[in-house]
Amino acid sequence: MGKQLIQTHRFPNGLTLVTESMPDVQSAAFTIMVPGGSIYDPPDKRGTGSILSDLITRGAGEYDSQQLSSALDNLGVQRHEGVSNAHITFTGATLADKLADTLKIYAHIIREPHLPEDQFDASRAGVAQALLSVEDDPRQKALVELKRRSFPSPWGLPSDGELDQLAGISIDDIKAHYTAGFHPDDTIIGIAGNIDFDEVRELIEGLFGDWEPSAGREEPALEFATEKTFFTEQETTQTHLGVAYDAVPYGHPDYYTAWAAVGILSGGMSARLFTEVREKRGLCYTVSASLVGMPGIGRVLCYAGTTSERAQETLDVTLHELQRLGEGIDNSELERCKARAKSSLIMSQESTSSRAASIARDWFYLKHITTLDQIHDEIQQLTTDRILGYVHAHPAANFTVLTIGPKPLEVPSDLS
Amino acid sequence: MIFHETKLDNGLQIIAELNPNAHSLAIGYFVRTGSRDETNDVSGVSHFLEHMAFKGNEKYTADDVNRIFDEIGANYNASTSEEITLYYGSFLPEYIDTAMELLSTLIHPSLRQDDFDMEKKVILEEIGMYDDLHSFTAYEKVMQAHFQGHPLGQSILGSVQSITDLTAEQMRNYHSQHYLSGNLTLAVAGNADWNKVLELAHQFCDHWPAGKTERPIDEAQPQTGTQIITEKKTQQQHIMQLAPAPAAQDILRLPAEILAVVIGDDSNSRMYWKLVDPGLAESAELGFNEYDGSGTWLTYLCSEPELIESNLQLIQEIFDDVNANGITQEELDRAKNKLASRLVLRSERPMGRLSSLGGNWVYRQKYYSVADDLELLNNISLDDIQKLLKKYPLGHSTTATVGPMTSVAD
Repeated sequence: MGKQLIQTHRFPNGLTLVTESMPDVQSAAFTIMVPGGSIYDPPDKRGTGSILSDLITRGAGEYDSQQLSSALDNLGVQRHEGVSNAHITFTGATLADKLADTLKIYAHIIREPHLPEDQFDASRAGVAQALLSVEDDPRQKALVELKRRSFPSPWGLPSDGELDQLAGISIDDIKAHYTAGFHPDDTIIGIAGNIDFDEVRELIEGLFGDWEPSAGREEPALEFATEKTFFTEQETTQTHLGVAYDAVPYGHPDYYTAWAAVGILSGGMSARLFTEVREKRGLCYTVSASLVGMPGIGRVLCYAGTTSERAQETLDVTLHELQRLGEGIDNSELERCKARAKSSLIMSQESTSSRAASIARDWFYLKHITTLDQIHDEIQQLTTDRILGYVHAHPAANFTVLTIGPKPLEVPSDLS
Repeated sequence: MIFHETKLDNGLQIIAELNPNAHSLAIGYFVRTGSRDETNDVSGVSHFLEHMAFKGNEKYTADDVNRIFDEIGANYNASTSEEITLYYGSFLPEYIDTAMELLSTLIHPSLRQDDFDMEKKVILEEIGMYDDLHSFTAYEKVMQAHFQGHPLGQSILGSVQSITDLTAEQMRNYHSQHYLSGNLTLAVAGNADWNKVLELAHQFCDHWPAGKTERPIDEAQPQTGTQIITEKKTQQQHIMQLAPAPAAQDILRLPAEILAVVIGDDSNSRMYWKLVDPGLAESAELGFNEYDGSGTWLTYLCSEPELIESNLQLIQEIFDDVNANGITQEELDRAKNKLASRLVLRSERPMGRLSSLGGNWVYRQKYYSVADDLELLNNISLDDIQKLLKKYPLGHSTTATVGPMTSVAD
């Protein structure tokens, strides 16, 4: 797989820098994760973090909103900022020789945002529009609502916020959210690309070294839902199905075993769900399962979209396939998982953005970086017996089922 | 980075941009056929055929195709547009033999009746899925209206009716008429050896039927002022508008790409600052689409219904201003920086290179390295933008909308 040049540095104020040098590329990419995510929204003001993630780039330091965008465009930065449950995340990629100038601007955004009051309404309207567009896209809505119902609150709540709570949010709430969440301890900066570690460390030291740490903050309590079956009536052409069940989280010793179990269900077009639901029965165009997690909790989330007359059969077949995994796994299925893992690990070395995101995420979950070689070794050591053992210990059961469409479906009572 | 090209005796064109330092290689068969090459009675057949390709041939069953692709850890898929059906994959270099054999298998599938019947259900599900995606519905409607009477107005997916009526025999006929080697380009990007590529191409493609299909490429002459209103229960109103723009072979196509970035990119464009930044619209974008012989400006607006009229007015004001006064040097330079960076970053991966490599060849029979593209981009001046605006002013000749509004002023 080739030796990876990964280095980390923790500054005295708590800020963590993780880097990967990739000498074969021209670009550099960064992921900055600041602990201002939606789980810290006040309980009746869901959407605070989301509005902040929009407002924060509307002027910072010496730049107004347009100057900021133009300065980044002139540096050729392909960028994105957004809110997730735990973080407000800033990502970008550009040519490696533009990285230093780019990060100087991001230091302004993160440390000296204007958060202009006169643009607050516009930011809030933008968040409202994004939430409305989810209402218009039943597939996206099915996954958002499935996550809400299968993860504990506030982690399962939509990070973009709740439409009916936006009106109650004020600019002062946004400023308070910024003050509580934007601090160097727990902030992670991941940088990957054609970079020199010492230069980058000095750069970050200069930009963020004197950033004051926080006084600490209480983590929100978790609330688990008790209901398991949900139906939303909507005039859609297809019925959109979501199914969730428990799995182990990222960082768990069995994580890669869980990954392989889901891969056998849904990794590639020869995987079980695609073969059984789509190829053999023609029940749908899209059917998939993926492993989704928060710190300490993991779930498998499945989605299928199907014509309403065939929705019941699709649900039944999907649930059957999820449960049938425990009956046996063919070695060839595992070998295909291993092949996919190997190729995606090697190909990830062609993308600076993917590496920057990956090392920053690793630090958040694990407080260390897993190298591609380590992941490769973990996966190569998997056996069908081990995967079956995992599936028996964490069976597809206790499902959360959600459907959006013209009429409800029957969820077998012995399943939920 | 070394470029190679050749042509087999049957007319199959082969191009490769090879880079021994890449971790992977990407291979694509670009077939010059799509919805514009269909007649009404087989509407949707190009796309349906793309699905059928994965059902295999005499040697490989459908299960085999998917299984073997997965055994080599490939990222693979196919797509169908108005003009090109593309079968592609990226792989680790050591799997080039298997990858080439499988991708070549896709081009000449057996088209078995039972596979056809089963896949028809999946196609109908796909039509249903897109029916729930309102921006896609608006796109299909506006293309049909704008290109009325022109082959580019043909739906890519076809309709529930046309797919239900389609027979396997019709598909076999379509395949035999359009999957001729002269309509195909094999493109390879990344870590591969040219002699190996040639050896495999001879092995798997030499026996393919020769020939080429002509495609009339008269520039479309859309009627102005057409409106289509589709009512659906949605929260937001989705509007798409089209106007004529340069064709794929037009020297003005690059200025058109730049102008679309200045006026309607999804960030830091005139439409962004006027509509999205103030929270008036969720999306307000201008795109440039190039086709054989024709092109379009595509305006997309998505906002709450009550703001649609005023938002359309704002867009018209932007267009009027640009048509009268052009853009500034600063805007031009910024757009060039943006596009140059996109180009370089995308090109770092073989899969990112494949589409521009193959696309340039199919449309223009030319190879442009990343450096060539950057130079072309750099040479665009405000004069070029003026020439473009004179010939293809921003505006709209057709509108399609999906949402709760029962009418939208033209």
